[in-house]
Amino acid sequence: MLSFVAQRIVKGVIVLLAIVVLNFFLIRLAPGDPAIVMAGEAGASDQVFVKQLREKFGLDKPLPEQLFIYVKGVATLDLGFSFRQQAPVAKLIGERLPATLLLTLTAFAISLALGILFGTFAARFAGTFLDTGITVFALIFYAMPIFWVALMGILLFSVTMDWLPSFGYETVGANLTGLAHAVDVAKHLIMPAMTLGLFFMATYTRMTRASMLEVKRLDFVKTARAKGLSDAVIQRRHVLRNALLPVVTLAGVHSGTLIGGAVITETVFAWPGIGRLMYDALLQRDYNLLLGVFVICSAMVLIFNLITDLVYRLVDPRIEYAT
Amino acid sequence: MPKRVLLGLLLACGLTAPALAQEPKTGGVINAVIQPEPPGLMLAQVQNGPTQMVSGNIFEGLLRYSPKLEPLPELAESWSVSEDAKTYTFKLKKGVTWHDGKPFTAADVLFSMEMLKQTHARARTNLAQVDKIETPDDYTVVFTLKQPFGPFLGIFEVGSMPMVPKHLYEGTDWKTNPYNNAPVGTGPFMFKEWQKGSFIRLVKNPNYHEKGKPYIDEIYWQIIPDAAARSVAYETGKVDVLPGGSVENFDVPRLSKLKDTCVTGAGWEFFSPLAWLWLNNRQGPLADKRVRQAIMYAIDRDFAKDVIWNGLGKVATGPSASTIKFYTDDVPKYPYNPAKAKALLKEAGYKGEKIRLLPLAYGETWQRWGEAVKQNLQDVGMNIETIATDVAGGNQKIGDWDYDIAFTYLYQYGDPALGVGRNYISSNIAKGQVFNNVEGYSNPEIDKLFADGATATPDSKRKEIYDKAQKILVEDVPVAWMLELQFPTITRCKVKNLITTGIGVNDGFKDAWLDK
Repeated sequence: MLSFVAQRIVKGVIVLLAIVVLNFFLIRLAPGDPAIVMAGEAGASDQVFVKQLREKFGLDKPLPEQLFIYVKGVATLDLGFSFRQQAPVAKLIGERLPATLLLTLTAFAISLALGILFGTFAARFAGTFLDTGITVFALIFYAMPIFWVALMGILLFSVTMDWLPSFGYETVGANLTGLAHAVDVAKHLIMPAMTLGLFFMATYTRMTRASMLEVKRLDFVKTARAKGLSDAVIQRRHVLRNALLPVVTLAGVHSGTLIGGAVITETVFAWPGIGRLMYDALLQRDYNLLLGVFVICSAMVLIFNLITDLVYRLVDPRIEYAT
Repeated sequence: MPKRVLLGLLLACGLTAPALAQEPKTGGVINAVIQPEPPGLMLAQVQNGPTQMVSGNIFEGLLRYSPKLEPLPELAESWSVSEDAKTYTFKLKKGVTWHDGKPFTAADVLFSMEMLKQTHARARTNLAQVDKIETPDDYTVVFTLKQPFGPFLGIFEVGSMPMVPKHLYEGTDWKTNPYNNAPVGTGPFMFKEWQKGSFIRLVKNPNYHEKGKPYIDEIYWQIIPDAAARSVAYETGKVDVLPGGSVENFDVPRLSKLKDTCVTGAGWEFFSPLAWLWLNNRQGPLADKRVRQAIMYAIDRDFAKDVIWNGLGKVATGPSASTIKFYTDDVPKYPYNPAKAKALLKEAGYKGEKIRLLPLAYGETWQRWGEAVKQNLQDVGMNIETIATDVAGGNQKIGDWDYDIAFTYLYQYGDPALGVGRNYISSNIAKGQVFNNVEGYSNPEIDKLFADGATATPDSKRKEIYDKAQKILVEDVPVAWMLELQFPTITRCKVKNLITTGIGVNDGFKDAWLDK
């Protein structure tokens, strides 16, 4: 198992490097010049100013040299300096990472728990009113754009009912500590986490339902029934466990994209996370910051893929680690 | 003095009874929206709009400007101009200290000028007029100009010429100086905390040089990226101030009707944002003046004002906004007249060539405006193709002259020599840059008029020159002027005196108080 993990890590590093190089060029292919964006924001765009900014960003150097400097930096865990935000990229990402992880992991847990639960019920009662109800419920949240669900949530729970705060990570200026602070953050978290979670929940529900119905028809389930096992045991130990493999695969893919996947949710709810940082960096052509976020997101995808492979083994003992 | 005359004078001065009756109260917190999040707060190095809005509370300039753009004292308590209009002497206010307690003196002014020449594009352009700066004593600064420069007294507000603490920056690498992230100024509020992505917190400067001010204890600038969420934040009472441009225009009427809500369009006189369409004068049908004039006739600008901008703003008559110096409306007029537009297009021999239109990616209002203009131009037979892009991509296209028609709006900074001429003089045609003469208009007479206008004295002579320039430009239509924009500031009515100058919310909250 160790050699499997080691091999995957080495491969991962190579893939990461390839991603860095590819992203480096892709970003520069997009029209828009960071120096001109900043000059424009300053309400002035004389040649001296734009030249100064280009020198400051290192954009006056030949592209291969810029790439070399960047890759060298990444190799030494230095993600560079965001000249627009006037701070090291790693620091900027580090500041935002906890908020994003809190949001996305909560949303992930909600989506996975509700998705598997609803999917199991839908499969167990396939063809009934409950099945249809669950399917419609899941599809509604899957079909509606996230920003719309978010705005409707704000309208209902903040404006009309005044139950939940409409934006932010915490109550600004309240200076709460300890449990009071945790409760305050939790209140702020509910709407963004539910908005994001309900969207992903739909896919898990559908996937669990379909997979369970498929497994239910297999011979070993018949055998289990013939042995006289109770329906609950069959569903839980035999059907669900075997049906979870595709769900785990999907969760692996989703979890890798969690960090960068909450752009809209973070924007609507003013949640101070990585998604917004990335979106702003894109609009402002803040190359180093954007590349930095991409590197972190890519690394997360690779790490979660590895974790998914390991979880496979736990879920299905038939799978062996191929080296 | 007879009572009637006295009353008339008071009313003329705008001193209404409630204003006289209300004494400012101290204390309280203002929650205001800031959008987008500023990239930094060191105003001498970062000059975008949100930076000035926050840092206008931390830093100060030598002067402020009234809504009529008359200079008012700030760090300079008085000033005088020599008879030849080349020497400006500023007497600095005594007893002013930086937030760290060190005194503010003429040496700081001198140092600030040196820094700004390198870090502040507008300041550099303006200071190019200066031959030398002398500081005969700690509280006197003398600027000697190479030649008279009409708008010189108009370049000293906090955003154009912020004062920088010499003792914290001299001999350091300015770009990485730690005080860039914890700025120290002389202003009414001190920097306290910045939680990136959430809020910026400023607290009252207890040693502020204007006795009794500021009245407010703290300001929280809340960072809310989504326009709808900003509206909700106001609606649910989480913020008290929505500075101009914080919410989409179509939300303004709704928010304005909320209980205890006050709305004002004041405070933009210095910037006077003017919206227009860049018209690429170099190529295709738009190289013909008649086609450009046809565009002016084809666009229903009253519709844009009344419907898209909810009645806010004013239809532009030419290159100068009516709020800046030397404006004249004695220019050719272009009322909405599709028939005339069609006739001009026919006369110019326009045969339906494709024309690319770049809307401005500043949100829904601008997108709608782009659609309305497209429809207007199609109605007179023009073949318009909309090019969708984000701000950075759009700027690149405009800077590379790769467009036919493009939306923009720019500040005018109170004087045609500062914010108007730059868009029409031929020396400002430089590929790769935006906001200069990107339309490629070239007219030696206009070049000369703007050059003369900047240096002429007295003001009556300048007015004569700018009147002529405006007439020529409006006849030539190098760009299609649309609206003098008005960005309404929405506040709870308990927030008093928020806007007291022509610089508005960008000038700091030192006069503001809360009627609790």
